Order: sequence, then C-alpha cells, then structure tokens
Amino acid sequence: MKIFSYVLLLTFITCLFSCKKDNYAPPASQLSGALMYKGDSIGVEYDRVPFQLYQYGFGKVGAIDGTFDQNGSYHALLFDGEYKFIIPGGQGPFLWKQTASGDPDSLSITMKGNQNLNIEVMPYYMIRNAKISASGTNVTATFKIDQIITGPDAKDIENVTVFINNTQFVSGTNNIGKASLNGSEITDPDNVSLTVAVPSMTPAQNYVFARVGLKISGVEDLLFSPLQKIPL
Amino acid sequence: MKKIFYFSIFALLLISTGCKKDSSFLDIPPIQVIPDEVAFSDPALVLSILGDLYNRQLDFSSLDNGWSSFADFSESFPSDNGSYNIVKRTGWGYGEWGINWFGSYQYIRDLNLFIARDSASTQLSTEDKSRFLAEGRFLRANFYFELVKRMGGVPLILQSLVYDLKGDPTYLQTPRAKESDIYDFIISEAEAIKNDLPSDPNEKSRATKGAALAMESRAALYAGSIAKYGATTPQVSLSGGEVGIPSAKADDYYKIALRASEEIINGNAGGYKLYQVLPNLADNFAALFLDKSSVNQESIFIEDFKANGGKTHAFTTNDQPYSNSDEGDDAGRLNPSLNLVESFEKLDNTYAPLPTKDASGNPIYYSNQQEIFAGRDARLSGTVLLPGDYFKSGQVDIWGGYVLADKSVFTSDNARNTKPLPGTNTPVQVVGSDGPVNGLQYRTQTGFYIRKYLDPTVGSGRRGRGSDVAFIRYRYGEILLNAAEAAFELGDHVKAATYMNQVRARAGLVIPLTPDEVTFDRVVHERRVELAFEGHLLYDYKRWRIAHIVWDGVPTTLSDLLTNIGKAKKRSTQPWGLWPYKYYNPGDPNNGKWLFREVLPAQVTGANLFQLGNYYSSIGDDVRAANPKIVRQPNQ
Repeated sequence: MKIFSYVLLLTFITCLFSCKKDNYAPPASQLSGALMYKGDSIGVEYDRVPFQLYQYGFGKVGAIDGTFDQNGSYHALLFDGEYKFIIPGGQGPFLWKQTASGDPDSLSITMKGNQNLNIEVMPYYMIRNAKISASGTNVTATFKIDQIITGPDAKDIENVTVFINNTQFVSGTNNIGKASLNGSEITDPDNVSLTVAVPSMTPAQNYVFARVGLKISGVEDLLFSPLQKIPL
Repeated sequence: MKKIFYFSIFALLLISTGCKKDSSFLDIPPIQVIPDEVAFSDPALVLSILGDLYNRQLDFSSLDNGWSSFADFSESFPSDNGSYNIVKRTGWGYGEWGINWFGSYQYIRDLNLFIARDSASTQLSTEDKSRFLAEGRFLRANFYFELVKRMGGVPLILQSLVYDLKGDPTYLQTPRAKESDIYDFIISEAEAIKNDLPSDPNEKSRATKGAALAMESRAALYAGSIAKYGATTPQVSLSGGEVGIPSAKADDYYKIALRASEEIINGNAGGYKLYQVLPNLADNFAALFLDKSSVNQESIFIEDFKANGGKTHAFTTNDQPYSNSDEGDDAGRLNPSLNLVESFEKLDNTYAPLPTKDASGNPIYYSNQQEIFAGRDARLSGTVLLPGDYFKSGQVDIWGGYVLADKSVFTSDNARNTKPLPGTNTPVQVVGSDGPVNGLQYRTQTGFYIRKYLDPTVGSGRRGRGSDVAFIRYRYGEILLNAAEAAFELGDHVKAATYMNQVRARAGLVIPLTPDEVTFDRVVHERRVELAFEGHLLYDYKRWRIAHIVWDGVPTTLSDLLTNIGKAKKRSTQPWGLWPYKYYNPGDPNNGKWLFREVLPAQVTGANLFQLGNYYSSIGDDVRAANPKIVRQPNQ
C-alpha cells in the first residue's frame, strides 16, 4: 500500500514537470527532392551515397549528414534559414561540380517552409528503357546504356549486372541472385540483355524485386535503373 | 588580570610570526609535485616518467584492449551476446579505427616535454641522458606511425605548444603533414637514435636498437606499398599529399625497408633469431608468444605484463575453452574462422580445403577429430585450438551432435541437456560441452578456439589473477617477412625466397619455395598466417589496397570459401565454421566415426563491406572546427 502511494506521488510529480514547454520548436520545414538528370531520376544503392547540409552561424563546422534512397530521393527536416548543400568528393555515380581547388562546390538553399528541390547532376551513364520480365524461373532484363559524360572525364563501364532480391532492397550487398556482363563484353550498348535464374526462396513468394546496376570503373557507387516488382 | 595576560600572549605570538618575510612564508616547495630539475636529476625518477609514456603507446590489437580488438575481419567469430554486431553489421563506419584526437596530441605533448626536459637536464650522466632521449624519440616516432596508419598525414608537432592567451590561436593551428612526410620522419628518427639505444636482445620491454630498426623496417615497407599499390586506387588520395604517396617513391622505401631488416638479420642490433626450442613445431610456435625468458631471442619489443604485480590482462579469461574454464561463464569468446584455418597450407606447399566430402559428394568419415587437420602447416595448431586439442591438460570437447543414417542432425541446445539417441532409452550427451551451438555464447560457434596468447599457467583464467602473457609488438619473424616482401618488390626473388623459407621452415614447411614461386599472393598469404591475430591484417590489407576487394560486402558463399585459397584477393566477408559431428548408425562400419560440415554460424547475418572511405579513418568535426586547416579524408 505504501509503495503504491509512492508510485502515485512519483507519477504526479512526473506529470507536473513534463507539462513544461520545450525551449525550441522542432525543425518543421522539409527539404525533399531527388537526384535528376534532365528529368530522369538516378537510382543509387540504399544508404551509400551521402549528402551534407551546412548551416553557418553556429560556431562548429559540422555537417548535417544524410543519404539518398534507392530511387535517388532525399529528405531532410530543417529549421528555416540559409543552407549549403554538397555531395562529398568521390561519392555517387555522377560528377558533382567542383571548385578550382578540387573541393565539392556548394548549392545554396534558402529554407522557408517546405521545399521540393531536385538535385541536377551529370551521371557518367544512364540506363534507359530497362524492361525486366520473368519467364518460368528466369528473370530477363533488356536495356540500353547511354553514355552521358564523354571527353576527358569519361570513364569505362566495368560491368553491368541485373540483381534480384526477395525484398525491395536490391543491390550488390542485398540480393539473392545476379547475372553480370563485363564492360568489354558489351557489343551493342543500345541493346543489352541479361538473364538470371531465381533461386528457391524461404518463405516462398511469387514475386521478386529487380533492377539493373552499372559499375563504372574507378567509381565506387553503382548506378541503378528504377526498381521493378516482377511477378513470377 | 588573567584577561590581560592572555591578550599579551596573543599579541606576542602575532608579532613573532608576522615578522617573517613574505617570500619565505609563501614560497614552500610543493611536496606532491616533483620539479623538472629534480625529476631529471635521477635516472630512477626519469625511468618512472618514461614508464608512464611506455604505457600510453597505442596498439591496434592488444591484450589490454580486450579480446574484441582481435576479433572482426572474418578471421574470427565473436561468441558473446554483446558482440554479435561484429558479424551482423554490413560494413564499418568511416570513424572506425580512429583515434582519440585530443588524447593522442596530449600524449605527443607529454613526449615532446619529456624530450625537451631530458635535453635540458644537467645532472644526468651523458649515457643515461642520451638513452632516455632516444627512448622518448622512439616512442614519439612509433606513436606517429600508429597515427599515420589510421589517419594518413597528421599535423607533425615536435615541440610543446604554448598558448599566449591573447585570444587568437591561429598560430598554433598546424595543417596535416603529407603522408610521406610522416613516414620520412619515422625513418629518419629511427636512423638518428638507433646507436643511442642498447643492442641487447634480452631487453624487450624498453626500446633497443632492434626495436628502432624494426619500426623503420615496417614503416618503410608500409610507405613503399602505399606508394606502389596506391596507384591502383587513385581515388584514395588528397591533392595535398595528406593521403597517398607518389608511386615514384616506392623503390626508395622498399630499399630502406630491406636495409633496415637486413641490419637486424645480420646481427648488427644483437643476436636475434627465430624461436626454435621445442621439438613439436606447433607447441614451439605457441610458446613463442608465452616465453618471456632470455631463451626467446625472437621477440624484439613487447608490452609486458606481470601477474600479482598490478598489470595483467583478461585475454585468457575471456578466450579459454569453456569446458576447462577457471571462471565458469567467462570463456570462449574468440573463435577463429574456417576462412583462416583452411588457408594454412599442406606440407607440400599447396592449398586445399579441409576435405569433408569425397568426389561423389558423400561425407568423408574420420576415425578421430584431428585426422582432417593432419599434414598441415604447424602454425595452424600453434595458432588455433582444434577439436580434440588439449589446453591445461583438459581436452576440448567440440562436436555439433550426432548425424543419423538419414543425414539429419540429432543434437540439443546445450551439452547439459541430454537426450536418448533414437532407438535407446538412456539420455546421453548429444553436443560438445564446448559447443558448437548457434547462439550459445562463450563456447565456440565456428568449431575452433584461439591458442595464440592463451596462457597455460595455473590460475591464468581467473578474473582476479589474470594473465601476464606479453604482447609482441615487433618480432624477428616479421622482420624476415618484411625483408622478403621488400626484396620481392625490388625484383630480387632469390633473396625474397631465402628469407621467406626461413620462416616457413620453422613452421614445418621444409620444401623451400623456389624464387619463381614467391608471388604477391604468397607474400600476402605468409603474413596472414604467420602474423594472425597480431594486429597486422587491417593495416596490411589497407596498404596493399586490397581491403575493398576482400571485404566487398557480398556474402561469402560456400564455393567462395572453398575456392581460390591462398589468393590475395579472395573474398572473405563472413566467418564460416567447420563443425564436427559423430556418425550414429549402429551396424554401419562408419558408426562412431567423425564427419565434418562447413557451417555459417546463424548469428552471421552481415557481410563486411570496406568502402574507399574506410581506408583512412575520419577526422571528427570537432577537430576540424578547432583547426580549420585540417582537410577531410578522401571519399567521406
């Protein structure tokens, strides 16, 4: 009985103090958007391609870090104010503008309420018209590879791979099956076809997720086609 | 009357003490702080200061960093409920393997102060003074070596910095030095101090000429390979040279590494030699890490411990076999993986997986547990406690259960939980008391225990006593491999083979490698098996720029595991195990025999992914805010 009264007292005191208002309102303005090249979205691996937002005037120079989703979209909940957006050096399957000294150039963003801002980048390649379909226990992808960056910055294709997975996270690290073709073996970039066998899945399911990844030599992050759900 | 008497006594006392001069009253020599000139007047006092500085050296894996500093990289499995994240994570953060920046520079400041004060002392004998000075410089260079391995070029601070309190600290902000500058500094320091240090193989826990040369040999080798193999990952560099070394410098560094190694090999630093004492080669290899007497002429520089003397470690407590534990539920955490075990060669210098199945896919039956490991490199059983091995007179009891006639497994979740075998009524033990059972901590979950550093002394596994096995930072065996690698990279395969064969012969691989057989794969393999669990693997894979290939984030399949053994770029992202089973099929000729299965422990759900941004650990935002001249690491 005595313990009960203590608990009651404690609950009362907790309620009493938790009524106080917080000092700050939480950040409420959402910045969102996606990686784009001329209106086409660029797919990347989940949680691998980071971006950084800097806000000046608070002493420290640390960044607000975030990563792009699989379909190239990003979100950040911010306070209103002036921000600078960068993608750190060597990240992503695309070229990001650089300053003369080789540092990533920044993009100024003024936050005042929610904002949708697509990030325009120059990818090395684009995967176009990816058609992925299943026949029996095989999944076949046909697509076209478009070279975007030519000239001195151009890079070769190391390989193209079709990945399948039982969840919607599909990449080199998350897959149950893959088939790839080395860059040197691609005869006609306008018409590439890859076929992968679907292994047995536990628990069984009648669909897989699939997308095509393109590895550019000398670039760590892969470039992906849009994710597709393939009924088997 | 009495009041006046007291008053006058009080006034008298006040005057008599008040007469003293202020300076003689206030200036009292402190009794808890020893002033510099006193401290640096007596060699014993200097040594005690130096002792603290020795203690603050940093190692990647070390016995007083805890057992988990030896885990990871798929070379072992952590059998501990709190540590499964090591095998569940899908890669490392960019801050992994970083340093405590401010603590490290505090240590460097203390070293710089020590060097300055020792140089300024007037009362030490010249001999003592120069030896202490050389030791201080050795510790500073060795610490910068540890920093450059993790962070690349760091600010090279060689004097204690004093802030003038005027509000502008910019004159104290030093940018990062080039990575090559730090390596050049380590090499030149080693050359400068080596002759001020004793050439005595029996001096192991203080710096010697051998230790200075060993540091030089390893540092030059690292710099050479970063220069050479850095060319394969041009993204891992910074335009200011803070990360990355121009490939043109590679040969010069390799030449320095070879010369420094050969100075030790030729006996210029004292009579170091390989530890070859016990007739059983596996026991001999294990004893190399246990023997601290003058018989051990292989260890060059160690971190020593003393039982009942205040400095011990819990490595044996944490990693002893469960069935033979001094501490009950404190055992068996570090389990070497099959990835490592199968990479030990056969005695004919070839690689092969441990045979578990015959050509037609049927299991191979062995009459005892050890037969499958026979005819291999003696370092296997010197490094790893295999099923059926003995530790402290107790035999380890590792088996995963019974395999029945229909090839199904009959087992239980703990050796205590007995069950009657099919067709019988008497409950019997159906799994080893050392495991393996998936998810049962403190027993092996790969089928192996660690043997290196495991202390057979009575009581070494008790928490109260602890173990005093030393951690060897530099040893002669590594120097031979450094020399072999440097010679190989310089194109002198004959010399490379000569040095490498000495290390191999000690392990029972008596068929010498021909000069043509010494390849990059061989160099990588030899360091992996000889120096397993000695804190080399990560730094080696980083400097060869193969870390992002070996740990590529793709799960290791069984066929990945069993093929390409001995290849430098073989994938190794998940630690596999090899579980022994007893065959139970009364009436069958193989009844009671052993069979083995390759098993991926159920806790292993992640796969190691080493990104290009992992090559150099990130420098914290707080550090870069305090010193804006410090540039970020590449690819982060």
